[in-house]
Amino acid sequence: MENHNVINTPIDPKQIKGWGIDADPKNDPTYPMRARMNISQDPDFKHRPEALQPVETEVLRSIERPNVSAVFGTPEPPSGLSGIIRRFAFHFSENQYPHWLPLLLADRVNVVEGVVDDLVHGHVPNIFAEKGYKAEWKHSPQTLVLKMAAFTAVTAGTILWLSSGNKKKKPVKRSRF
Amino acid sequence: MLAMEYRGPKRVRAVQKPMPEIKHPQDAIVRVLRTCICGSDLHLYNGNVPDTRVGSTFGHEFVGEVVEIGTDVTKLKVGDRVIVPFNISCGECHFCRQGMFGNCHESNTEATAVGGIFGYSHTAGGFNGGQAEYCRVPYANVGPTIIPEGMDLDDAVLLTDVVPTGYQAAEMAGIQKNDTVVVFGAGPIGIMAARCAWLFGAGRVIIIDQEDYRLEFARNYSYCEAYNFNEIGDPVLFIKKITDWLGADCVIDAVGAEAAGNLLQTITGRKLLLQAGSATALHWAINSVKKGGVVSIVGVYGPTDNLVPIGNMMNKGLTMRGNQTSVKRLLPRLIEHVQNGVLNPKGLITHRIPLEEVADGYRMFSAKLDNCIKTVMMPPTANQ
Repeated sequence: MENHNVINTPIDPKQIKGWGIDADPKNDPTYPMRARMNISQDPDFKHRPEALQPVETEVLRSIERPNVSAVFGTPEPPSGLSGIIRRFAFHFSENQYPHWLPLLLADRVNVVEGVVDDLVHGHVPNIFAEKGYKAEWKHSPQTLVLKMAAFTAVTAGTILWLSSGNKKKKPVKRSRF
Repeated sequence: MLAMEYRGPKRVRAVQKPMPEIKHPQDAIVRVLRTCICGSDLHLYNGNVPDTRVGSTFGHEFVGEVVEIGTDVTKLKVGDRVIVPFNISCGECHFCRQGMFGNCHESNTEATAVGGIFGYSHTAGGFNGGQAEYCRVPYANVGPTIIPEGMDLDDAVLLTDVVPTGYQAAEMAGIQKNDTVVVFGAGPIGIMAARCAWLFGAGRVIIIDQEDYRLEFARNYSYCEAYNFNEIGDPVLFIKKITDWLGADCVIDAVGAEAAGNLLQTITGRKLLLQAGSATALHWAINSVKKGGVVSIVGVYGPTDNLVPIGNMMNKGLTMRGNQTSVKRLLPRLIEHVQNGVLNPKGLITHRIPLEEVADGYRMFSAKLDNCIKTVMMPPTANQ
């Protein structure tokens, strides 16, 4: 019995009746479809700009491309624990969860690192100001009060719950039948 | 120089940072004269975009004056005032040569779906943005466009993103004459998309949001019908009902990852980040368009950590039709529209704040305080 579950031999699509009948660029809905160009139609598809930005700092690179792009940003090179996580993430392609999820984790770690870095440099972050609560207090004070009350309640509840866990629990009598 | 700095989800501040430097022969340094907070910035602000590093400066909507140029910059000179498209494009790669400037292959080392974007995380190239007094602008021969004589800087700054993105949203929707067009999201982009839908011959334009003040703004600015989804029941059913039960001809998703309106999506997409944002608007768009209709997506979604890599679909410009806007391609036509009075971009601006108050600006826009539609920020050096 013939096995259809294999790669078929390609055929010339031009042999198919009606092939390309609507391949009029005017029928394409909108730009950039009109300027569509296949790799095979582009004799210069590997073209790169003449000058390349020198790599003077650590730049993480997607493994879906062979090289570093001709220009790139260098504001915050990977560092610390978040940097280690980010380097791990770039071992995987953009198609993989192990690429994106560690990057999100690294972002959260980086926030803690940012606070520590502030403190190390003698700066206590003004969370109230950084969160723009001055504007919220001006334009929607009731929302801010509600948020603060909810935060206080959750914090107090958590502390109470955690502290109650230290007490010895009374043994539960089990009924026999 | 003074610059906005990201410190973590919903935490930003204005700090002193080193001056940007020329790193490539085609770089220019621009003194920022106007910069905006974009709805897309909120994805970063909320911590939803992977590889948004603490210390980064956001801002992809800015205009400014050239103060320094690299050795290979021939199309600009010091003193020129320029519109800086939000995408960073080499103008030479396979994609730029097709006019897909938003998908440049030589401006983003860290991801292949999307090209480089100013101030939009390392996933979009790791460039610092224009919410600062000065900004490094790569490929200065390609993107920056000299502001025409007499053009208001407030109009010019909205030509960096809002106007072209609204226009491209309508363009990608493939609007035919007398089509019914539905726009989800009455933020600045949705309002502009609704306005531009008429330019393509729409017969009816409907916009859906949940903030009454934005809907009222859209009614006046975009001449469209506007409905609050909290008041119309199921928005998909509503649209079917008002389109003779067939659905809209074209639907534009101008919301993206921050969509409200569905508790499950909000929890899994926005709060727990278990998928690439809340896909509520996208669901509504797909379900409310007629069979054979067109869905145009300009709302930003996150990358692959989703059941479907819809963010990649959007960023790569695949069909349904979605893409980052190729600002450079559209600018000549849109400058013409502004100069002829067909479009009035600065009419979107509701708030002006000094850069020093950037944290308050983000909070106001994010929490929709004080009927905020569009905020423009002025760096201290803007008036020198």
